[in-house]
Amino acid sequence: MKIGVVTFPGTLDDRDAQRAVRLAGAEAVSLWHADTNLHEVDAVVLPGGFSFGDYLRCGAIAAQAPVMQSIIDAANGGLPVLGICNGFQVLVESHLLPGGLIRNEHQHFICRDQKLIVENVDTAWTNGFKLGQEITIPLKNGEGGYIADAETLNRLEGEGLIAFRYSELNPNGSVNNIAGLKNKKGNVVGLMPHPEHAVEPGFGPDTPAAMRSGIDGLTFFTSVISQLVNA
Amino acid sequence: MPKADLLDPAGKAVANALQRKGHSEVTNVRIGKRIELHYATTPTEADLQAAKQIAADFLSNGVIEDVVNVSVEN
Repeated sequence: MKIGVVTFPGTLDDRDAQRAVRLAGAEAVSLWHADTNLHEVDAVVLPGGFSFGDYLRCGAIAAQAPVMQSIIDAANGGLPVLGICNGFQVLVESHLLPGGLIRNEHQHFICRDQKLIVENVDTAWTNGFKLGQEITIPLKNGEGGYIADAETLNRLEGEGLIAFRYSELNPNGSVNNIAGLKNKKGNVVGLMPHPEHAVEPGFGPDTPAAMRSGIDGLTFFTSVISQLVNA
Repeated sequence: MPKADLLDPAGKAVANALQRKGHSEVTNVRIGKRIELHYATTPTEADLQAAKQIAADFLSNGVIEDVVNVSVEN
């Protein structure tokens, strides 16, 4: 089982994503933005960071990178793709997911352990959760305000394409508390919070049980592995 | 330009600063981008059409922004 993790210039969380993949039990394969070769990976993670300095718009230049042409084609063919934070922005700019992400409503960068509600478990990356489950994973972004036009929002809500919503607090002004989306097939998922930072006891969010013991993010990676194994 | 119905935090911050400086006649500020494409020779009509396509497909995101003008300047 091989899961590719893409590195763009300015990507920050590729190593953490690779580590999450390994902790979940798969082999992490490093993919390079300028290389169209996906090296026969079974799934792809677009990690967080500030690809191409967030110039033009967050994710806009990365969406034009050679590796993204291969990923877009493969995703349209059903390859599981997870976009985290900047990776979510890349998915939106690649038109694999609809809408846009703008500067946080309160104009500040925010970093916190964020509660989310799992709104859809019919995806490659969320099938290990229970519908309606509350999870806690870190969130850290400056431009995480999700927006879409009314027609798109109606479609997202009507077709059940919202994967996660913010719980208790909307940290960035996202419409309908949207934290993450899935595509129709469920192979593509994008979200602003960072599951790869909640995969190992001692390094995750606090839980009532113990400090830094939260590993809710690991389920993203074990979900895709179990789907691929059972495919 | 950011779409009219969209929150423009940078514009809002500048508008607040103008209020603080006493410019109460300014009711709102919106901040957009100017992007210049340079050509070796005088752009043709086809170049202008291509630039409009680039503006629509890549330089702007129609969800967030409107392209307000694409024109040839010296």
